[in-house]
Amino acid sequence: MSIIQSVRLRSAAADATAAGRVGDDVALDLRSVQKTYDTPGRPQVEAIRHLDFSIRRGELVCVVGPSGAGKTTLLRSIAGLLDLTAGEVVLDGEVVAGPPQGMAVVFQEYGRSLFPWMTVRQNIELPLKEKGIAKAERHAKIDRALEEVGLTEAAEQHPWQLSGGMQQRVAIARAIAFEPSVLLMDEPFAAVDAQTRAELEDLVRKLWKDLGVTVLFVTHDIDEAVYLGERVIVLSNRPTVLMEDVRVDLPSERDQLTTRSDAHFGELRGHVYELIQRAKRGDRPDAPPAAASSPQEA
Amino acid sequence: MTTTPTAAPPAPRAARPRTRRSGRRNDAWLGVLGVLIVLAGAELLSRTGIVNPDFLPPVTEMYASLFQLLGEGSFWESLWLTVRGWAVGLAAAMALGVLVGFVIGSSRFLREFTNSTVEFLRPIPSVALIPLVVLMFGTKPASAFLLVLYAAFWQVLVQVLYGVADVDPVARDTARSYRFGPLRVARSVIYPTALPYIMTAFRLAAAVALILEITAELVIGVPGLGRDIGIAQSSGNVPETYALVIVVGLIGVAVNLFARFVERKALWWHPSVRSEVA
Amino acid sequence: MNAARLARRAFMLLGLPLILLAAWWVASAGSTSPFWPPLQTILETFPKTWTWDRIVSDVFPSLARLGIGYALAVIVGIVAGTAIGLMPRLRALSEPVLEFFRAVPPPVLVPIIALFAGYTGWLGKIVTIALGCLWPILLNTVEGVRGLEPVLTDTARSYHLSRWRRLVFVVLPGASPRIFTGARQALSIGVILMVISELFGANRGLGAAIVQFQRSFAIPQMWTGIILLGLIGVMLAAIFKVVESRMLAWYVGQRQIERGE
Repeated sequence: MSIIQSVRLRSAAADATAAGRVGDDVALDLRSVQKTYDTPGRPQVEAIRHLDFSIRRGELVCVVGPSGAGKTTLLRSIAGLLDLTAGEVVLDGEVVAGPPQGMAVVFQEYGRSLFPWMTVRQNIELPLKEKGIAKAERHAKIDRALEEVGLTEAAEQHPWQLSGGMQQRVAIARAIAFEPSVLLMDEPFAAVDAQTRAELEDLVRKLWKDLGVTVLFVTHDIDEAVYLGERVIVLSNRPTVLMEDVRVDLPSERDQLTTRSDAHFGELRGHVYELIQRAKRGDRPDAPPAAASSPQEA
Repeated sequence: MTTTPTAAPPAPRAARPRTRRSGRRNDAWLGVLGVLIVLAGAELLSRTGIVNPDFLPPVTEMYASLFQLLGEGSFWESLWLTVRGWAVGLAAAMALGVLVGFVIGSSRFLREFTNSTVEFLRPIPSVALIPLVVLMFGTKPASAFLLVLYAAFWQVLVQVLYGVADVDPVARDTARSYRFGPLRVARSVIYPTALPYIMTAFRLAAAVALILEITAELVIGVPGLGRDIGIAQSSGNVPETYALVIVVGLIGVAVNLFARFVERKALWWHPSVRSEVA
Repeated sequence: MNAARLARRAFMLLGLPLILLAAWWVASAGSTSPFWPPLQTILETFPKTWTWDRIVSDVFPSLARLGIGYALAVIVGIVAGTAIGLMPRLRALSEPVLEFFRAVPPPVLVPIIALFAGYTGWLGKIVTIALGCLWPILLNTVEGVRGLEPVLTDTARSYHLSRWRRLVFVVLPGASPRIFTGARQALSIGVILMVISELFGANRGLGAAIVQFQRSFAIPQMWTGIILLGLIGVMLAAIFKVVESRMLAWYVGQRQIERGE
């Protein structure tokens, strides 16, 4: 990997961030987010020191980092399941306090995030009921979501009767039927086999393109991040700061075979890999990027 | 498919804020507070006459009566008889239940052949046998023994059957491929698998055994604390009735704690604590 | 082929019970012992003893008291158990007290309740049954609610399920396996208390009738009572199983798949 290339990549990322900040089509904005676990009787754990980035409407952004980089902490903070120590998460112009209305989360533990006492259909229906959607419309939405993920046949089955990959499809169908502004995915494919994983990755790309939903996808898999994302946000080790915001300038039409053997894909993957290796060694950008953080604090 | 390890093991959950240690100490204080609230509440209800003190004497009087009992030899005699009856019945039920469970459980034919009978006999309430044991043994401890044995035996048997059925077929096949004899299979494969279930059985049976021991004493008049409660109540000594009930309750707490202690000791090596199946 | 399998199943199901009954029949056939009348005599006595009138006057009231007391325990146990399970502070406050009440052998409630309500009417008996059945249901509900899968709780939160929906669609179904465990333990305690509560004072009822037979040395009648009580126990357990297998079908199915059956 040459220096010139990495410089080019870096500037591309900077452009993307700048564009996201200026436009008012920002879906999700993280402003000086900081999280320290402070439990009485236990040593303090500084999980996130400073994170500052935003996602434009309709973007598909991946977050990668070395293991223990606080990826899940970050996601739970964005989802409003965890209180921040400082800073704020802004979704559709509103500061997140508690789980926000316009967000759906697909958890890694597919088997445990589906209600085993409900059928697939009932699982998808429950959040829609809560939204107060009328019955006929609800059913239409469920059918459409099931069709999108290719599970029309399994509607009346219980989740535990399905394979792992199908269960995760149900969780995805539930999320897209909810029609969130932002879809959060927390290492959703970490526990399925490699083939299923490839299928599900393509499914996410397809849904993103078909439905125009904004996706924030957390993963530990570098290949997956580069293959899926329009941008890859690389995190440092703990306490987490932003290593780099990498723009993935691959064609939007991707498939497992050609994209993954593309030379530029290899370069991007190599670049992200190197970043992760550096992050693992404890190499980190010293201070939070001053330019990005100062206007936010006003 | 569920048993095959997945290629990418799920990442460990991020550290969640949990106030384990300090929380536990707070919990303990809250628990003490709860007990004090209940005691003070009962005292107040009685002192103010909201509840007729003839029915619910002040807690202080119950404890005064309890301390008086502690100085009486007959109380200790009754306590000893109750605990002995419980322990003997429980031990017999455990021994019999484990033995029968292993024999039946290790053969598929026997399991299927006895299933309907076990399922039929198990729910028969042991108190149905009260008139029979009264005829046979009167107020002798043997009456209580039979009731305790009958009630506790089924608890143990069913748990042991579950435990033996839970043996991993691969482990059994492995043992067979190494030509283990049946005794060695029982000792090195079946017994470790069934042990958690046996412990659960012990916990459940210990509680049931105490219930039946006290029942026999109270209803039939087998000597023990249960009979003393009946006598205290019918002779109108209300504080003593309550004092004895408190003692029996504390024995129950002790039995539960003891069973959990035994469970932990025996299973310190075991990765998971099994949940009850019956 | 199919007939052979059917025959095998019938043999497995009925073989041992028939052998045991036959053994009892033969062993007791010529019995002159007053305690062990011949099975034949017992069976002949059965219809004469348990006439319809007697069932209406003795058995139904016993079952009604059991039903009312048990239902009360289920309702109170689930409501209180859910509340305690959802509120950690309340749980910490009440845990030792609840552990004590759970550990008190329920039959000793009888003399205490006799003080308050007397023991000739229905009230004392129903309260006894309800109080005895309450603790296993309550404590198991607490455990079930507490042990709810955290990912499910997160899911419910992130989809904004309202408090009520969370309770009905997430918390209670999630706790239901434990609730049923408690309800099953409570049922056998309830049957014990149904009988015991009739042994104090002058009473009518199934338990009272059996003891009456025993005291008047009507031994074959006493045996029919024991058998009837056994049958009721078996019947109640069977009803419970049907209800449980309906309401926990998802749980049974899930566990079977997890264990690779």
